[in-house]
Amino acid sequence: MPGRLKAKIVAGRHLPVMDRASDLTDAFVEVKFGNTTFKTDVYPKSLNPQWNSEWFKFEVDDEDLQDEPLQITVLDHDTYSANDAIGKVYIDIDPLLCSEAATVISGWLPIYDTIHGIRGEINVLVKVDLFNDLNRFRQSSCGVKFFCTTSIPRCYRAIMVHGFVEELVVNEDPEYQWIDRIRTPRASNEARQRLIFLMSGELQRKIGLKVLEMGGNAVVGYLQCFDLEGESGLVVRAIGTACTLEKISTFPATATHPNNSSPSKDMKEPGFGEEAPGVPLSSGPPTPLRAQTFSSFSPSKSYSRQSSSSDTELSLTPKTGMGSGGSAGKEAGPLKALLKQQTQSALEQREYPFFTLTIFPPGFLLHVGGVVSARSVKLLDRIHNPALGNTRSYKLLDWNSFTADEPETRDAWWEEIRQEIKSHAKALGCHAVVGYSESTSICEEVCILSASGTAAILSSRFMQDGPLDTEHRFEEVVSPGCGFCHIPYDELNIPFPAQLTYCYCCRRYKVPDVLFTTIDLPTEANVTGKGCLIQARLCRTKKKAQGEGNAMAISNLLPFLEYELHTQLMNKLKLRGMNALFGLRIQISVGETMLLGLASATGVYLTALPSPGGIQIAGKTPSDITYEQHISNMQKKINDTITKNKEQYEINPPEVVEEIIGSPIPEPRQRSRLFRSHSESSDEVSEIDLSHGKKDAFVLEIDDTDAVEDIHALLTDSPTPAGFYSCNTEIMPGIQNWTSAIQMFTSVRVFRLNANLTNQGLNKIFSDLCENLLKSLYFKLRSMVPCCLCHLNFTVAIPEDELIQVAVTAVAMSFDKEQTLENGKRSGEKTLIKAITENDEQLQFNLELNAESSSPNPLGSPKGLSEVGSHPSARDRCSSWIEQLKLKAHTIRRGSVKTTSSMEKASPLPEGRSRSLRSNRSYSGSSVAVVKMTPLSFIPGAKIIKYLGIINMFFIRETSSLREEGGVSGFLHTFIAEVFAMVRAHVAALGGNAVVSYSMKECVFMENPNKNQAQCLINVSGDAVIFVRESELELTSVQPQSATTQTSNGGEGT
Amino acid sequence: MSVELDVFVGNTTIMDKEVYQLWLNGYTVNDAVKVRIEGGVMEECEASAEVLLSDTMDQYRTFQMCERLLHHPAKLANQLLFQIPPDRQAMLIERYALACQFNSLDLVIIQFQTFICISLFRYYAFDDSFVREVLGKKLSKGTKKDLDDVSIKTGITLKSCRRQFDNFKRVFKVVEELKGPLVENIRQHFLLPDQLARDYAAIVFFANHRFETGKKKLQYLTFQDFAFCAGQLINNWTVGAVDNMMEDMDVDLDKEFLQDLKDLKILITDKDLLDQHKNLVCTALRGKTNVFNEMEANFKNLSRGLVNIAAKLINAKDVRDFFIDLVEKFIEPCRSDKLTSIDVNLYLTHYTNSAHILDTFKHHAVWTRYMGVIKSCILRMYHD
Repeated sequence: MPGRLKAKIVAGRHLPVMDRASDLTDAFVEVKFGNTTFKTDVYPKSLNPQWNSEWFKFEVDDEDLQDEPLQITVLDHDTYSANDAIGKVYIDIDPLLCSEAATVISGWLPIYDTIHGIRGEINVLVKVDLFNDLNRFRQSSCGVKFFCTTSIPRCYRAIMVHGFVEELVVNEDPEYQWIDRIRTPRASNEARQRLIFLMSGELQRKIGLKVLEMGGNAVVGYLQCFDLEGESGLVVRAIGTACTLEKISTFPATATHPNNSSPSKDMKEPGFGEEAPGVPLSSGPPTPLRAQTFSSFSPSKSYSRQSSSSDTELSLTPKTGMGSGGSAGKEAGPLKALLKQQTQSALEQREYPFFTLTIFPPGFLLHVGGVVSARSVKLLDRIHNPALGNTRSYKLLDWNSFTADEPETRDAWWEEIRQEIKSHAKALGCHAVVGYSESTSICEEVCILSASGTAAILSSRFMQDGPLDTEHRFEEVVSPGCGFCHIPYDELNIPFPAQLTYCYCCRRYKVPDVLFTTIDLPTEANVTGKGCLIQARLCRTKKKAQGEGNAMAISNLLPFLEYELHTQLMNKLKLRGMNALFGLRIQISVGETMLLGLASATGVYLTALPSPGGIQIAGKTPSDITYEQHISNMQKKINDTITKNKEQYEINPPEVVEEIIGSPIPEPRQRSRLFRSHSESSDEVSEIDLSHGKKDAFVLEIDDTDAVEDIHALLTDSPTPAGFYSCNTEIMPGIQNWTSAIQMFTSVRVFRLNANLTNQGLNKIFSDLCENLLKSLYFKLRSMVPCCLCHLNFTVAIPEDELIQVAVTAVAMSFDKEQTLENGKRSGEKTLIKAITENDEQLQFNLELNAESSSPNPLGSPKGLSEVGSHPSARDRCSSWIEQLKLKAHTIRRGSVKTTSSMEKASPLPEGRSRSLRSNRSYSGSSVAVVKMTPLSFIPGAKIIKYLGIINMFFIRETSSLREEGGVSGFLHTFIAEVFAMVRAHVAALGGNAVVSYSMKECVFMENPNKNQAQCLINVSGDAVIFVRESELELTSVQPQSATTQTSNGGEGT
Repeated sequence: MSVELDVFVGNTTIMDKEVYQLWLNGYTVNDAVKVRIEGGVMEECEASAEVLLSDTMDQYRTFQMCERLLHHPAKLANQLLFQIPPDRQAMLIERYALACQFNSLDLVIIQFQTFICISLFRYYAFDDSFVREVLGKKLSKGTKKDLDDVSIKTGITLKSCRRQFDNFKRVFKVVEELKGPLVENIRQHFLLPDQLARDYAAIVFFANHRFETGKKKLQYLTFQDFAFCAGQLINNWTVGAVDNMMEDMDVDLDKEFLQDLKDLKILITDKDLLDQHKNLVCTALRGKTNVFNEMEANFKNLSRGLVNIAAKLINAKDVRDFFIDLVEKFIEPCRSDKLTSIDVNLYLTHYTNSAHILDTFKHHAVWTRYMGVIKSCILRMYHD
């Protein structure tokens, strides 16, 4: 019995009126954990009950602690009839199980009901006593830290990066159980909510176990998803990267940030030096490198198989052997080859050398090959008979457990896809896949599984036991600003057509002409100008079909869809005068009569890569004069756009000596780094010719209508308005001096289409939909100018026939204009030679941003200047005004506080809390602690001092009075606002003041306007953290504790 | 082809001040979009009409969601649905101040912090022309039904009229039940600034007593005139005015005082007292004004008027006619004699003070309490 969970119900407020006669409520609370339930007394006739209950104690296994949520139900007591439920609160107690996270959950949490939404709040206290020592931790997976953040969390240092962990759990969807025919939708939705909480808990625990087996203590880049498969069930799956993290001692005295181990020093050599004795230098079968750590099982077996329900017998032999590590490029010298083999052997032990990280500790990422992706179309109704899953998925026949449970089937599906990804990476000469993610799209019985990542070569540094000392024994100096661009594959054995040139930074290694990746822009990368969001959008109609025929039709369409998306991306990239894409995310959504494809990425100009050529239009039949004129007009337009874009994004690359690139107009056969295929056709990759046959890739022939359409699409993308930038990555190159003003938002649009649209019509509508959405965002956020929309994450879905749903979550961050201009000028003036020095500067900046150093940077970082510089002048000008307004605000506020405390008079506790809140945050003017939310892993101008645990919440909301609630928009607006409110409340209860790496994973909206009904499911996740403003940090650095208590007052007031 | 659903939700609530005002004024979404287009926001921000429509609808929805909270402002302090950004507060106030200075208010976007101060105020703000129409009327469904006439008459949209009316009603309902000072109650429960709270107190007070304000003779009076008079009455004639500890509230007039007012009748029924009073006043006034003769001639008439008003106040029905009586019995006669307000002031001062010198007149306290209010009300109402 390793744990005791204690809960205390303090009070409620703003409860709804449950008794019409008295306009009051007789509320009591049920506290349930597992199968044990406690009740409070009934607090009669009050909308602000003060229960002040005893401590309810649950003595439970830690397994249950991990799986189960604490369930609090508020009810209205009724003498004659059944008690009415007011609403529920689910509390995930996982954060309390880790010694480094939160210690208590305490605060006002919204009481939620699936029909009525938030109905008042309840004040609770939850604690956990774990009767265990470290050994206990080892036996259960309590204590493994989870992070949604896809980089090494800011106050930790990576000692080891173990690698990929995955798990999935399957259950029946309560909505499709027989009982659903007789129970109310409310009951079924509540059952669903509870079930998903349970499944997430279980999933997390299982992943935790795998991490412990691997010897790690944390999961970074934890990505959990739901597949609502309808009749065939509910799948909750998760992937992540297992790591061993070490907390960095927090305060400036010992400023040791990972960045300190200067990335400008090449990390390969140390790895070699350390490992040489024990590692065989051939690329033969890997020896158990870390056998001592994992003596319990053979290293040739994957970790993911241990203890999981997913044993499979897939062959690990790569299907395509080309470009694999054995033959090193001629310029890569024997040392490099050796190194490659070595890290490879470290990686080959792993079944999947995949990493969900998108940002890496310096020196970890050596080379990037390109995007690898795989898709597979499956039939859900054939779930128990995998052989028939898809006629072309022959691989499934290898699989020997036909009568397996569902998770096995699902595991096998993913297994197959991961194998494919792995072999693609091999083909690119890479031994690892980074920025890896998985997704699904389901329509009725058809399911598209997708996985994508970036093939890469990693340093062995973080994959060996024990941290390497950062002794600088390096022989080859590779500038970190361009090193990752150097091709990892063999020049003579390129797996796809590409044009190589010598690196424009170091001039020593070959680089490709364009680079597509799914990762974030490495901080050390040399970039010219700024980046921007690039989207390719595509709609394809498809015939309505059933079963296998449908699956076939979709499989057949997919390659064309991807090809066109790719072409669009490439053209748009050229149009902006850029040469690389980061954060590429291709989403393919399937509906009954169409397929939607949306590719989003952030385009940048990498200094190391050659300058992209323009776009040339050619007509085939130059007979007509007007026609030629038309063409030349278009050509002119395109050229103008390119020039304009170059100006806007400040792309003025240094002049290059001609000798290296052959001619200004690049050679033919410029083609992709996007290496894709479909599971059923992985052997046919070569058949899909990704280039335009023999034609020059830059020449767009406008003879066929498709090309005309392409060009139109190119030119209809409206430019971002002045003062705005956008990207879908964490940071925008070229902008560094963020102010503290951030605004996270979610926007959802649903568009109804007319029947019988052509492909072109559909394309235009879809493209306009996205464009208009962006325009609306710019307009909404105009007060934040100059600002950048970061991490713009588009999600498309086809909720019904003829409906397209687009959801966007992003954060708008203001920055300081003057500084940017200066930066821009500086970067413009920079010559190639200066590139490395600039790089150092950038690094220093990053150091300052991340590290704790409160001492001013001798170089005068832009950050410090912006924080201090901008405000005083403005403040002086209108100080009297401000004083006046503040005074006014204050008096009004005082009035409000007075009434509040009088309402709470009965209980000393809340009053004490609110008083302490007031004293601590007197400036906030509210007794509600403010919680920031951001999809990024950091908060500008602030330092994260503590991670409190993962937030993973799932809500369902339904209504049968849609019109009364303001129609579909009113309904969804309220629901999203409520979800935000609940996330904030839970974070505040943990003692946090922000959520980082926030994401809305699922937003499934269904409506039936005829019945006046609607339903919506939302799943959100993120990391609860405590942050301190950098300015405050300086003040409080002497007494670190005070800073902690001040910021965490939200939860620790008592 | 249509946009079926379109929402934008920020972690911190964005509110556009200009749109908020349009919403308050009862504009429909389409009208609001038109106004905004005319305002030139499109050119400024490179937006299209479509974008503007989407934004306006979104804002309207946000306001509607806030409206529920605005009805119970005390809950605003610890509500969780809308996030209040503290770090932006300083900046916003700064920007707001700057914008005020440079007169470019439309670009100012209010976020929730300032929203509490300003938009609450705005939500409860009302048009003087509207309130003038409903002042003294029963805040009932019947009156609400007649709002379309008011809307046509004042040119204020029906929506806005309804909101304002509902505000009155809401405030009335809450403070009706409460003990203690009226203005303070309103200020605390609705977090309104002082002046606005006083205005609401006046509206509540008028509605409670159903004072007649709509007669043609009263048309020249503004809401602020009435509000001033209401303030006088609340501060001097209610129960709360004499004893703060009283359990009663100050929506109602002090019954005991009204009863005592009947005793003042002696001033006009007793012939000697009336003559004596007249002599005293005339002596004091002689030579100080050039309308002395008219004053002398009218004294008995005016005195009878004022004392009769006092004596009648015990009947609730006559309370309603308080203002019309003041106008008919005092203000109109004075005006026809071409008295200036200085003359009136002089007259009333001496009229009040002289009564205290009368030997047989014993009701000094009641007289002072009565005449103090009468004098300030008349002076306020004595204009064109």
